[in-house]
Amino acid sequence: MKPKGFHIRTPMGRVLGLGSARSGTEHFWQERVTAVAAIPLTIAFFVIVASVLGRNHAAVVQILGSPLVAILLLLFIVNSINHMWLGMQMIIEDYVHADVAKLSCLMANTFFCVAAALASVYAILKLSFGV
Amino acid sequence: MTGSPIPRPRPLSPHLQIYRPTLTMTMSIVHRITGMGLYLGVLLIAWWLIAASSGPNNYAAVEGFFGSIIGKLVLFCYTWALIHHMLGGIRHLIWDTGRGFGAQEREWLTRATILGSIFLTILLWAVGLLVVGPR
Repeated sequence: MKPKGFHIRTPMGRVLGLGSARSGTEHFWQERVTAVAAIPLTIAFFVIVASVLGRNHAAVVQILGSPLVAILLLLFIVNSINHMWLGMQMIIEDYVHADVAKLSCLMANTFFCVAAALASVYAILKLSFGV
Repeated sequence: MTGSPIPRPRPLSPHLQIYRPTLTMTMSIVHRITGMGLYLGVLLIAWWLIAASSGPNNYAAVEGFFGSIIGKLVLFCYTWALIHHMLGGIRHLIWDTGRGFGAQEREWLTRATILGSIFLTILLWAVGLLVVGPR
């Protein structure tokens, strides 16, 4: 018999209440936050693409590098890549079960997303600052 | 000495193949597939931005590819995947609030996603090709 009031979990564990995955609903919530943000940012992206369609390089650089457009592009890229990083993580955890393969895929996912995000952010800043 | 008997495999819960495919189920799978397509497609956006930032010659190369038949086809599929994933995402956000689960509602939402994504993709390309493109 365990004594009354005895818990096998530590007080900290009970307070956090995160269960065996140790992350609670954080992943689910982040996926929703980035999804909601993606709706207006994707519409903005379509408008930006339409505004540069058929223009020459100098005009494209001027439009993409202007502050409002550059900021919208940065928000779109960072938010989208964050969203797809979370989504791909979920797909990998659903379908890849062997430890080494799963960890390799999760790492590759992070590498791909960080590289794609940094490259895009660098390009947008370069367009904007005209270096 | 008979040795230990080979253990009978434990019963598993039924998986996808046991169910008759439904529209909502197919759309759930399509949502994942379009998500994976968009995952790779982000390289197109990165390529476009890097080329624009690295000079007229590189930008001309990207425009050359995007202007070709294959490039246009890729971009058309990319546009549809993006819109389909966005409308499917909105459908999931509605479901997250606990609404839209009725037999009629969920089928209606699913059909609206398919038809809406096709309609919006064609509309965007019509605007792009006929109104904005030829300037």
